[in-house]
Amino acid sequence: MAAVEVDGLTVRYGGVTAVDAVSFEAEAGQITALLGPNGAGKTSTVEVLEGFRRPAGGRTAVLGLEPRADHAALTRRVGVMLQSGGVGPGVRVLEALRHAAELYDDPFDPAALLERVGLTGTERRTWRQISGGERRRLALALALVGRPQLAFLDEPSSGVDPQGRLAIREVVSGLRDDGVTVLLTTHDLDEAEKLADHVVILDHGTVVAAGSPVALMTGAAVDEVRFAAPAGLDTAALAARLGVPVREVSAGEYLVAGAGTPTLVAALTAWLAEHDLPLGDLRAGRQRLEDVFLRLVADRTTTAEATPPTGRPGAPATTEPPAGRRTRASGRRRDPS
Amino acid sequence: MRPLLAHLRLELALLARNGESLLLTLGVPLLLLLFFANVDVLPIDGEPIAFLAPGVLALAMLSTALVNLAISTAFEREYGVLKRLGTTPLGRPRLLGAKTLAVLVVEVVQLMVLWSLALALGWEPSPEPAFLAAFVLGTVAFAGLGLCLAGSLKALTTLAAANGLYLVLLLLSGMVIPLDELPAPVRTLARLLPSGALTEAVRGTLTAGTSVPGRAWAVLTAWAVAGPVLATRLFRWE
Repeated sequence: MAAVEVDGLTVRYGGVTAVDAVSFEAEAGQITALLGPNGAGKTSTVEVLEGFRRPAGGRTAVLGLEPRADHAALTRRVGVMLQSGGVGPGVRVLEALRHAAELYDDPFDPAALLERVGLTGTERRTWRQISGGERRRLALALALVGRPQLAFLDEPSSGVDPQGRLAIREVVSGLRDDGVTVLLTTHDLDEAEKLADHVVILDHGTVVAAGSPVALMTGAAVDEVRFAAPAGLDTAALAARLGVPVREVSAGEYLVAGAGTPTLVAALTAWLAEHDLPLGDLRAGRQRLEDVFLRLVADRTTTAEATPPTGRPGAPATTEPPAGRRTRASGRRRDPS
Repeated sequence: MRPLLAHLRLELALLARNGESLLLTLGVPLLLLLFFANVDVLPIDGEPIAFLAPGVLALAMLSTALVNLAISTAFEREYGVLKRLGTTPLGRPRLLGAKTLAVLVVEVVQLMVLWSLALALGWEPSPEPAFLAAFVLGTVAFAGLGLCLAGSLKALTTLAAANGLYLVLLLLSGMVIPLDELPAPVRTLARLLPSGALTEAVRGTLTAGTSVPGRAWAVLTAWAVAGPVLATRLFRWE
């Protein structure tokens, strides 16, 4: 049995459907990431699982229990890190964690947990006095202090500096080693790719793809080779040599519309060598999660932005591949956040 | 029990650290008591302290159980504190229990300080056991109303509303200004307010030769039921 089961979940706010018939599972002992841009429905989904929100439809089970009806029983087994806040400004770091520890039967030692999240030295400082990154780390410690079987982490590292992000990721990875099931939300592709065993990509309230990061990246393989080289190459000559179209999608970034076979790659590198050109970057076949994500998610948002008078954010998807290339050709690689 | 005590401890630690709330709960009643006991401007026959001391005790309860509780709870909701606590095994009954106990602890401290000061100023109370009933009913009524504000308004709106209410109730409840001085319609309104009824009950149970009108007990009891009932209906946790 999966630790979290979501089947046909729908959440509405007034007339707006934030989550539309979403289904996925989070396997016990694994890290599952809900990935998507802001407004994709990630937090609404998690808030239903935390028992805060009553869904308009669908079925959810958390550790085999019903999030609202069995809320009291679940609070002992589930740790929750909210997207923001959660502690009063005048509360000290260690004081907050000690208080939380006293609410559980068999908590972690607060001081040891503070060390694990890298907050040693801030014990006496208040929530008001610590940085945004330190607040996220304290929120993580508060979610974990009760030794949960399952942790819901809503944007665990958003707004955190790179160092703090690393610390948070290490703790989250460590949870898997301890057998804790993690369901996290993120709009950080890198985080999902590095941390998650299973990724569920949400956009406009629906699941657009799901699978392990590797499967998503491999499964989305397309017949194209991307490489970076000095800007302004003679793409016509290169295309003639390779026998497939070549475009400069943005200055110095090229797209070869052919399967990334060793023969094609050899021909490409040979041509570059003949012209004494440096090769900056070369990708064939498998794509980075970011490419998958942009193809699935960014197309419609970018299209909508580019044509303000008629484009609406919820417009029907126009996710044919050329649209994706145009996105990149415009040079406006959209930050999914 | 341990979670409840842990939360009570945190509530009290934060109250003690919060200068504004101490000013409101102790500073203002102390100042009013000292000022009006020494500056004879109030239209009172006889010893001002005999009239003032019970009124200031009622005021102290108003400031702690209504104003302070409303403001601190509203900000806890705004900061997501209540939401996070909702994900822990603390639970609502123990959260409310800890808050109630914290209010009672603060009120007991207030009563001891103000009572001692009043004695030093020449107050000669003759307390009846029914004072405890007035104390409990008043606290429950004010706490219920405070949680109504905190549960339905934004934090800053609650801050303004609670402070405004404090001033209005202070003036209209016979705490320091005798009700007889107010215009008749206002006086009728005042007797129907929880603060007016509480002041009558506190004064009647602490002053020799006075009794509490049955109407005051009825009004106070009605508010002590209506406040918490309304609060549970209006209160939102996030």
